[in-house]
Amino acid sequence: MSTIFGIPTPALYGQILIGLINGSFYAMLSLGLAVIFGLLRVINFAHGAQYMLGAFAAYLLLNWLGINYWLALVLAPLVVGVIAVVIERTMLSRLYGIDPLYGLLLTFGLALILEGAFRYWFGAAGQPYAAPSQLSGGVNLGFMYLPIYRGWVVIASLVICIGTWLLIEKTRLGAYLRAATENATLVQAFGVNVPLLLTLTYGLGAALAALAGVLAAPIYQVSPLMGSNLIIIVFAVVVVGGMGSILGAIVTGYVLGVLEGLTKVFYPEASSIVIFVVMAIVLLVRPAGLFGREE
Amino acid sequence: MAVGTEYLAEQPRLRTSAIVLGAVAIAALLAAPFFFYPVLLMSILCFALFACAFNLLIGYVGLLSFGHAAFFGGAAYFTAHAAKVWEWEPLAAILLGVAGAAVMGLVMGFLAIRRQGIYFAMITLALSQMFAFICLQVPFTHGEDGIQGVPRGYLLGIVDLNQPLAMYYLTLAIFLFGFFAIWRIVHSPFGNILKAIRENERRAISLGYRVDRYKLGAFVMSAALAGLAGSTKAIVFQFATLTDVQWQMSGEVILMTLLGGIGTLVGPIVGASLVIALQNYLAASDFPVLVLIGIIFVICVLLFRRGIVGEILELMKRRSKGAA
Repeated sequence: MSTIFGIPTPALYGQILIGLINGSFYAMLSLGLAVIFGLLRVINFAHGAQYMLGAFAAYLLLNWLGINYWLALVLAPLVVGVIAVVIERTMLSRLYGIDPLYGLLLTFGLALILEGAFRYWFGAAGQPYAAPSQLSGGVNLGFMYLPIYRGWVVIASLVICIGTWLLIEKTRLGAYLRAATENATLVQAFGVNVPLLLTLTYGLGAALAALAGVLAAPIYQVSPLMGSNLIIIVFAVVVVGGMGSILGAIVTGYVLGVLEGLTKVFYPEASSIVIFVVMAIVLLVRPAGLFGREE
Repeated sequence: MAVGTEYLAEQPRLRTSAIVLGAVAIAALLAAPFFFYPVLLMSILCFALFACAFNLLIGYVGLLSFGHAAFFGGAAYFTAHAAKVWEWEPLAAILLGVAGAAVMGLVMGFLAIRRQGIYFAMITLALSQMFAFICLQVPFTHGEDGIQGVPRGYLLGIVDLNQPLAMYYLTLAIFLFGFFAIWRIVHSPFGNILKAIRENERRAISLGYRVDRYKLGAFVMSAALAGLAGSTKAIVFQFATLTDVQWQMSGEVILMTLLGGIGTLVGPIVGASLVIALQNYLAASDFPVLVLIGIIFVICVLLFRRGIVGEILELMKRRSKGAA
């Protein structure tokens, strides 16, 4: 068996793959956070809960209504997006213009409600969600064995990230969004319905989180705690990348995921804290984040 | 995000009544263990001190720390270890916990004050989560089990703290000491500079203050006092576990402060008493506490951001203005 630095290569590739998968979720979630923060100036603490909600929506759609994975991939983000729109209209929108910390506290409260309610109904243990038959099994790539579903998640997340980036950088809607991020009052004066834009952005961000949740359901178990465990790491990712740039959020997500995977191979004890250590170093060297701008 | 706290000081009549109220409150606290279950009271005192320490940062410097559980729970671990394994005298063990929390505050604060506002919250949260992971792995904390069966010991080698009343009065003394320390800090020149930073950081910089040093100083003090609360709790309850270092605990202390009134001296005490009493009341039922905490959060943020005490003060202020 071939080795690199005394580590058998299949183990190394295996951990890199796991790192890429984790990185996919870091990227998708920090992307959503960055989009929401860019326009609303709100750190959406409920992002983890919305991710969990997406996974549960897929699970419940399958078990209650017999709706399969592919439809859930569309329906779950839609449902969560609509819930998010209601939240934005009824609650978040009242907090614009005051200290942004209140937005953080509100969404934190919402996250607790969602997590607590699901824990009450389903218990803290995870529920299994089978990958669709089309994506089960695996292929031998010669140097490693690749479960098809995991390959699919990496590709799907790349498509989602690039798609969102294109939506924001290359379309008219994206141009409005970027303009409103720079100067909302001016954009409103030009006749763009900025409140609607804010609502849509929050809905879109939450839908992205839910989509990530559906993708995650077959890999990690569907559990009420899956969101809060992840969101804190994503916060660290966001601090490292800086929230000024969409592309920065995506790249940082993947890189830190892979770095975490590699740490698992070379120094497993540190794998759960490596991202936080990177964050501390970045804060020392470049406080605004790798892709961020000083404000 | 704070309410006018200098209000009481401006009004001599109210100031006297505040002193009278304070004396009554201390008398009530001295008598309380004869009427209520001492363990519940001690729990309230520990969390009230924790919330006051947290409030020092959010209320008077305007920094929202989402990582104060690290100081509270970390100090609890240090104290529990010193008291159990090294068999230290309880007060010395508590002091070690406070020192440990202060050092952690120095490290975390040094990193976190490099960013402001919302980033500060995220950084403190991430760093405390890192600490929680470390606590899960290092041997001295005993992972999921925590440190159990910590001896209360003899205070200064004399007073047996296994007697509930002795333990209660020590806890009360520590609480009053912590509260007085915070009161002194807030009303010192140092505290005034902190408030200046809260109100307008750039102006404070332009006036020549080294804002970062003041922020770091406040952060370390807040961490040390949160540690004092955690250390005391470890001696009172005779254990230290992962619960105290996890982010939910940071959330709880934010809620206590928000509910009572950010930036008011007594608000955090009111908030902590309510939350602990509520948790105690709900412990017997199967109602999900997390949901209720979340609902209180949402209601506070949407409807009364000043908190209970803050709203009362505001009401009094408006009334006295109307009378004048």
